[in-house]
Amino acid sequence: MKFLALILANLKRKKVRTALTIGSFASALFLFGLLIATRNAFTGGVEVAGADRLIVINRVSLIQPLPIAYRDRILQVPRVTAVTFASWFGGVYQDERNFFPQFAIDPATWRAMYPEFLVADAEWDEFMKDRQAAIAGESTAKRFGWKVGDRIPIRGTYLPGVWEFNLRGIYRGSRPEDDTTQFWLRRDYLEENGPAWFKGLVGWYVVKVANPDDAPGVIAAIDERFANSPWETKTETEKSFATAFVKQIGNIEFLILSIGAVVFFTLLLVTGNTMAIAVRERTSELAVLKTVGFGDTLVLWLVLGESLFLAFIGGTLGVLAAKAVAPHLSSFMYGANVFLPASNLALGIVLALIAGALAAALPALSAMRLKVVEALRRV
Amino acid sequence: MSIPLIYNVRSVRQRWTSGIVAVLGIAGAVGVFVAMLSMARGFKATLVASGSPGNAIVLRAGAASEMISIITVNDVQAIQNAPGIERGEGGPRVSPEVVVIAAFPLKKTGTDANVQVRGVSPRVLEIRDRVRITQGRMFGAGLNELIAGRNVAGTYAGLDLGSSVKFGGGTWTVVGIFDAGGSAFDSELWCDALVLNQVYKRPQNVFQSMTVHLTSEAGFPAFKDALTSDPRLSVQAERERDYYEKNSRALTTMITVLGTLVAFVMGIGAVFGALNTMYSAVSERTREIGTMRALGFGGGSVVTSFVFESVFIAGLGGLVGCAAVLPINGWTTGTINFETFSHLAFAFRVTPGLMGIGIVFALMMGLIGGLPPAIRAVRRPVAAALREL
Amino acid sequence: MVKIDGTSNGNSLIRVRNLGKAYQRGSQELRVLQGLNLDIEKGDFVAFMGPSGSGKTTLLNLLGGLDVPTEGSVSVAGEEITAMSAHRLTAWRARHVGFVFQMYNLIPVLTAFQNVELPLLLTKLSKADRRHHVDTALGLVGLAGRTGHFPRQLSGGEEQRVAIARAFVTDPTFLLCDEPTGDLDRKSAEEIMELIDRLVHEYGKTVLMVTHDPRAAERAHAVLHLDKGTLIEGTGKTA
Repeated sequence: MKFLALILANLKRKKVRTALTIGSFASALFLFGLLIATRNAFTGGVEVAGADRLIVINRVSLIQPLPIAYRDRILQVPRVTAVTFASWFGGVYQDERNFFPQFAIDPATWRAMYPEFLVADAEWDEFMKDRQAAIAGESTAKRFGWKVGDRIPIRGTYLPGVWEFNLRGIYRGSRPEDDTTQFWLRRDYLEENGPAWFKGLVGWYVVKVANPDDAPGVIAAIDERFANSPWETKTETEKSFATAFVKQIGNIEFLILSIGAVVFFTLLLVTGNTMAIAVRERTSELAVLKTVGFGDTLVLWLVLGESLFLAFIGGTLGVLAAKAVAPHLSSFMYGANVFLPASNLALGIVLALIAGALAAALPALSAMRLKVVEALRRV
Repeated sequence: MSIPLIYNVRSVRQRWTSGIVAVLGIAGAVGVFVAMLSMARGFKATLVASGSPGNAIVLRAGAASEMISIITVNDVQAIQNAPGIERGEGGPRVSPEVVVIAAFPLKKTGTDANVQVRGVSPRVLEIRDRVRITQGRMFGAGLNELIAGRNVAGTYAGLDLGSSVKFGGGTWTVVGIFDAGGSAFDSELWCDALVLNQVYKRPQNVFQSMTVHLTSEAGFPAFKDALTSDPRLSVQAERERDYYEKNSRALTTMITVLGTLVAFVMGIGAVFGALNTMYSAVSERTREIGTMRALGFGGGSVVTSFVFESVFIAGLGGLVGCAAVLPINGWTTGTINFETFSHLAFAFRVTPGLMGIGIVFALMMGLIGGLPPAIRAVRRPVAAALREL
Repeated sequence: MVKIDGTSNGNSLIRVRNLGKAYQRGSQELRVLQGLNLDIEKGDFVAFMGPSGSGKTTLLNLLGGLDVPTEGSVSVAGEEITAMSAHRLTAWRARHVGFVFQMYNLIPVLTAFQNVELPLLLTKLSKADRRHHVDTALGLVGLAGRTGHFPRQLSGGEEQRVAIARAFVTDPTFLLCDEPTGDLDRKSAEEIMELIDRLVHEYGKTVLMVTHDPRAAERAHAVLHLDKGTLIEGTGKTA
């Protein structure tokens, strides 16, 4: 509106200072964006956990297998609508640092269990036809520059030898937080060509229930069914499984909040000081505005307006830069899904505006309270 | 002729509100930097401490970690007769080991975390001589008994001395607590390897690794050669210290990279703050500067003077930042070690070296924040500067 | 007609009764104005003179609603401004008063055009209307070609002319000038006084001016001296 010209003119007064202040906001929000993206990478599993899915593992230890025979018995439990299973392949692609999760899956039942993962029908058909086939997630494929049709060699660790797979498809996530780092290969291929001990054993089961409310009942039923057997089970919802995992990582949220708090506090200090200096320098001009008839409140809003404007520009630059950089952090974080959805960006800009308002609060108040008579006398 | 430093110190004191802002801005950047690096250091130190210089660890050739390695009982026989291994009363000082993970509830959150359970030889204390039993006693061979690292009892529910736990289809008793000198072992549970194999339904005499105690550090090359040239064996040997150092690398790198990135960006913000402070200082003191130059202090003196002021403020900020972070030294926290998939407790390590790096970081920010304004201070023609109100 | 005795014939545009202003300096009270009366009619041009510290600027500030008196009242066009709240006073000031200062007090980051436009931003006029008023005002002061220039690009005299344009662009009830020629050379000062003269005689503006300059005071209809906190008649036409 009409006062915007006045605000802009004031900001052009000391271009270096304006640029530095925008830079402060931008760097703080850039950091905010990266921190949130890192948190998303760690906790993403919890967000995307299927409300109607359960994970069944060996009660003794996560790394112990379960018999494949359990599948039919789990299917018989009331309110269970589907069951699939997978094993951790854990191989090395070229270098140990190129980590990405590799699952040996059951082609017949996997796709229906995870509707959030999208694979072209043609590609899935190819996967079903070729025993040596594999499907990779979008971000892993992009990371290594894979195309459909490539031959991917992976050195096995638990199952020794170098295994070669034909990349028959690439899956996408339907939401930004979906994990597209996974690599799916066929369990039957491993059974045929792997060591004897692998036959008949799976890493874990994934169970779909008719309704999320059925979960507690089904959990109890499954674990009871296999209690006191040589392979006892531990069932929990996908969400609680993911949450427990995140909790192991430790106080990530706390750490990130602390850093974020320090960053914001510093930003407020720096910007607040700048605004205070700027207002102090313009005392006589503010007095003139008041003599012309600009009310106290209007002057308050003009000062706040300057700060909010800088906060908005700097904040937007910062979060956009974070969004651009975030995916590149992936290689330092075991290929995890480091993402920054639009809602986080919006939050960042809002926080920037709040910081801008807070930083300018005291200077704006002093501008509002400025007594014209005294200010003019100072000239 | 150089401008007396006391002028700068007094000027800073006079405009202390601005100065405080710059100090705190830099303190924030330095504090976060030192904190994150000390986390990485602490994590690494814990793992590296796990390796004794006099020990070597043997894994299957090509295995990057214990979890995916296989050492058969035949391998054990061949290895334990290799040269360089110290011999004690019970025979060669070797410990064939198996590592698994088991889930126990964390005291803090109630949710499960994976503890590393290490099946060892009952004579393991001879091999890992830095480990001491501090309470209770060593487990008995062939029994369902556990000894717990000193961090375990505090972190997990139900693993205090004397408690009984059920896992792996049997009931076990915690008969002792051991202290492993701040290494990864402090987060582990130890028991008899043969018993563990049974419980986890693993083939009876198959292990994952073998740790041996050498007669001397210098004996390692000979030991290693003997193993690689033995046609019956397909193994690799490493100094224990190197093995654990490698293990810590990924997580340490991640924390270091993130920490440096955060500190760098915060540093930019701090520099902006310092620049703003110094530019306005120059602006407010235009007449003073003009006067000094009229008196005969050269342009170089003025620049040096202002840069000193900025570096002085930054140095203060660095000290404040380090002082603020110092209390977290020794604070123990835990996280997951992605290499072993298990929970690992470690302590933040704020070393003098790190603080030194922090101070240097601060001084650099002071330099960058002080130079442009100082140069601007000098560019103004003296007459114009003196006319300023 | 200008009167300072507190009597009036009811035609006054500005009516001041028993005006007093005192300041607290620590434990001491400093009395600047005392028992001051003043009646000014529409179209009057009054000059206030007096030694430094005699309270001339204080009087101007009180008349313009920039300050509140310790005692007494000021009424303008029938409204008693001394009884108004700060909020109403601001709005009143925007509508009724135009200020001209010794140091011009233009905003350096705004062009001449934008400076003159400032008071209009407080009104509901459209952008086109505002532009029309500003152009007219700047044309009147003889700066039609310099609208896009910044204060630093103008001479002292030109800056003051912009300030005057800003002062009357809203067509205020009266103008208050505090030493308008104080910072100008002889020639520019003459030009400024010419301009103020035109405002009074061609456009019927009411102008109250504080000045040290006898030549500027000559132009006024009446010259009043401030002495010991109150007004006395001076040389020049009165009543």
